[in-house]
Amino acid sequence: MTRITKLKKGLDIHMVGEASKTVRDYTTGQFAVKPTDFSGVYPKLLVREGDTVKAGSPLFFDKYREQIRVVSPVSGTVTAIKRGKQRVIEEICIHADERPAYESFGTGQPSGMDRDAVLAHMLKTGTFTFIHQLPYAIVASPESNPKSIFVSAFDTAPMAPDQDLLVEGEGEAFQTGLDALGKLTTGKVYLGVSPSRNRSKVFHEARGVEVLHFEGPHPAGNPGIQIHHTDPVNKGEVVWYLRPADVVIIGRAFLQGVFDATTLVALTGSEVREPHYVRTLRGCSIEGLVKAGVEGDNLRYISGNVLTGTRIDRRGYIGYFHNQISVIPEGNHYEFFGWALPGLGKFSVSRSYLSWLTPNKKYRLHTNLNGGHRAFVMTGEYERVLPMDIYPVHLLKAIMVEDIDLMENLGIYEVSEEDFALCEVVCTSKTPVQALLRQGLDLMRKEMS
Amino acid sequence: MKALRRYIDKIKPQFEKGGRFEKLQSTFDAFETFLFVPNKTTTSGAHIRDAMDMKRTMSVVVIALVPALLFGMWNVGYQHFLSQGEATGFWPTFLFGLVRVLPIVVVSYVTGLAIEFIFAQIRGHEVNEGFLVSGMLIPLVVSPEIPLWMVALATAFAVIIGKEVFGGTGMNIMNPALVARAFLFFAYPQDISGDKVWIADKADAFSGATPLAQAAAGNMDQMPSVLDMFLGLIPGSIGETSTLLILLGGAILLVTGVGSWRIMLSGFAGGYLMGLIFNLWGANTYMEIPAYQHLIMGGFAFGVVFMATDPVSGAQTNRGKLIYGFLIGITAILIRVLNPAYPEGIMLAILFMNIMAPLIDHYVVESNIKRRLRRVKVKAA
Repeated sequence: MTRITKLKKGLDIHMVGEASKTVRDYTTGQFAVKPTDFSGVYPKLLVREGDTVKAGSPLFFDKYREQIRVVSPVSGTVTAIKRGKQRVIEEICIHADERPAYESFGTGQPSGMDRDAVLAHMLKTGTFTFIHQLPYAIVASPESNPKSIFVSAFDTAPMAPDQDLLVEGEGEAFQTGLDALGKLTTGKVYLGVSPSRNRSKVFHEARGVEVLHFEGPHPAGNPGIQIHHTDPVNKGEVVWYLRPADVVIIGRAFLQGVFDATTLVALTGSEVREPHYVRTLRGCSIEGLVKAGVEGDNLRYISGNVLTGTRIDRRGYIGYFHNQISVIPEGNHYEFFGWALPGLGKFSVSRSYLSWLTPNKKYRLHTNLNGGHRAFVMTGEYERVLPMDIYPVHLLKAIMVEDIDLMENLGIYEVSEEDFALCEVVCTSKTPVQALLRQGLDLMRKEMS
Repeated sequence: MKALRRYIDKIKPQFEKGGRFEKLQSTFDAFETFLFVPNKTTTSGAHIRDAMDMKRTMSVVVIALVPALLFGMWNVGYQHFLSQGEATGFWPTFLFGLVRVLPIVVVSYVTGLAIEFIFAQIRGHEVNEGFLVSGMLIPLVVSPEIPLWMVALATAFAVIIGKEVFGGTGMNIMNPALVARAFLFFAYPQDISGDKVWIADKADAFSGATPLAQAAAGNMDQMPSVLDMFLGLIPGSIGETSTLLILLGGAILLVTGVGSWRIMLSGFAGGYLMGLIFNLWGANTYMEIPAYQHLIMGGFAFGVVFMATDPVSGAQTNRGKLIYGFLIGITAILIRVLNPAYPEGIMLAILFMNIMAPLIDHYVVESNIKRRLRRVKVKAA
């Protein structure tokens, strides 16, 4: 009898545009790695414009944690290094070669290696950067010693890619990746599975891990939530977490000795004509995908899901950690008495709009803020969508007043932006929750180092 | 709509910085966003947002107050003609009340909103919608005989001292509408307490005592029937008399999720329990009235449904809300029965618990912190 952790709090947002299970190949010459994808990493460049790189060649490293090296997903020529405000490096653009060339790192079977060898191989191949850590929700520090490692086998975010499909045919690589992770912790590797969403044998028959069962609405699939309910992070402790598609890439680095960033990406959203999956490389340009495949022109392109993803333009690039593109209409229009209408078609968790009468309706949601920013007024809203024993508003207020002790006491080590994303969605006061939380996490990290 | 939108876009620059009417920027913005949900899109974090905003939230509360307001208008007329011994039809009755009550509503809104607009402009904020509710609550908790200048003064006091000095909507410690009422109660007691003020233009011979006053005096034989008290055919503050329509408003708040069921439920439970305790004690006739009657007399129901549930001044944690509501119920009946100086206790009970709410929350949050620390200790052991 397996124990299933049933989470009641949370919210599944039903949106139009989930990807059908068709997979097509997609190739393009335009690639970019965005250092801003790597939370907690201060990039120091290792390449210059005009340099040629192979798939697996390091592009930059972290100024404060030099072992962390981010590698190129593709072989080609560095065509541009784009900088934004205050010279922040935004994109390292690479024009891909016709024929891919890989850096060769040598193969290995992690089950037969010791911790140092596994770690060294992952750092060398750049696959270590796929691991994130709590506290602070940043790219993990290789020198830290995690008490456990979590892999969540399902994603509950709106229109999220089917993780079963992402690991289809990759059973060996996935298992090898898990074996490698098993060497990195003295504790356990946990695989969070949803019996109703996961059918794949790759997950159900994974070896060397403890399989946890979770059911519930979003954010039940977030590793942060699963960690909180299984092995919560206390002060001074570290837990690592990652997604299945990244475990596969880690596995390949051991089996084939190369950095092979091939992955499936779900092209989703109400404005996509035929939402489907494409097989491609991380970091590819979406231009070819969306040129003919979307309706209209006043659109928002998001790398990732609509809750936590990054805004890109139609020539933008898929993020290093993303397996999803969402395309939704922009909401930059005025709505006459929009707040006063009965609102049959409006999405809201409150029942003040009549749309609560049709709970299973799928929405075509746009990006309008739907109101002005206000001070906190309503209470109990965040708690309904956050399945954690944490007082979210009190924590956010502690961040606002920069009270380090209070932040620590209220559980800042256990949270990440993705876990709080729904709080931001439902907030009546339109509080920028994720940005605020990141401010707190960064402040905490600075204070503790 | 398009023409209106074009017109607004045309005159907008004059209200922006450097424009001719830049001092009216907040005011313009308030009207513009009232007419049109702005075209602002998400820039950070989640790309999609709930359709709920502060305007919607506050309008729901105002809608929930409308039944009590309309009944209050009718009842003002009804009580007047009853005291005069005249029998009139529905419309003259309602019209009499409308003429009495509408000016109070208008004065409350005009005074309060004017102050809100000025503060928003000084602070460079958008105008907050909180006063839409306070402005409606204030007329409903005063007597129909109240002079209009007092309404204006009390409203100004409530908005400035009760709210804006703390930073505006969302920052206030006490419920602004109750601050207004408390101000009147202590500054002008003869106009908001006693037997003379609850019926508009009362005939002198007629006793205008509210059920609370009768009960406090021990005149149990002169109490109105339970049905009258429940329906609201009794003298009292404008909006507080009809428990039925207050409950209807409460139902709107609960269905939409705007009001907290925890506070309402525990508030009524606390009041009922205190009534029962007095029944057991039974030292005088007031203590002996059935506990449920406490819930339909005076402003108890109105206070619990519309005032205690104010999310800003109430407890913020779910467990805290239960404690907060329960203590409001207990305290209100306690003051009502035991303190002869205050015929009604709900106002002071809620104001007192407003002050105590952060303390309640503090202990609830503290228990969460302790749980987290215990986790570490269990591990270390």
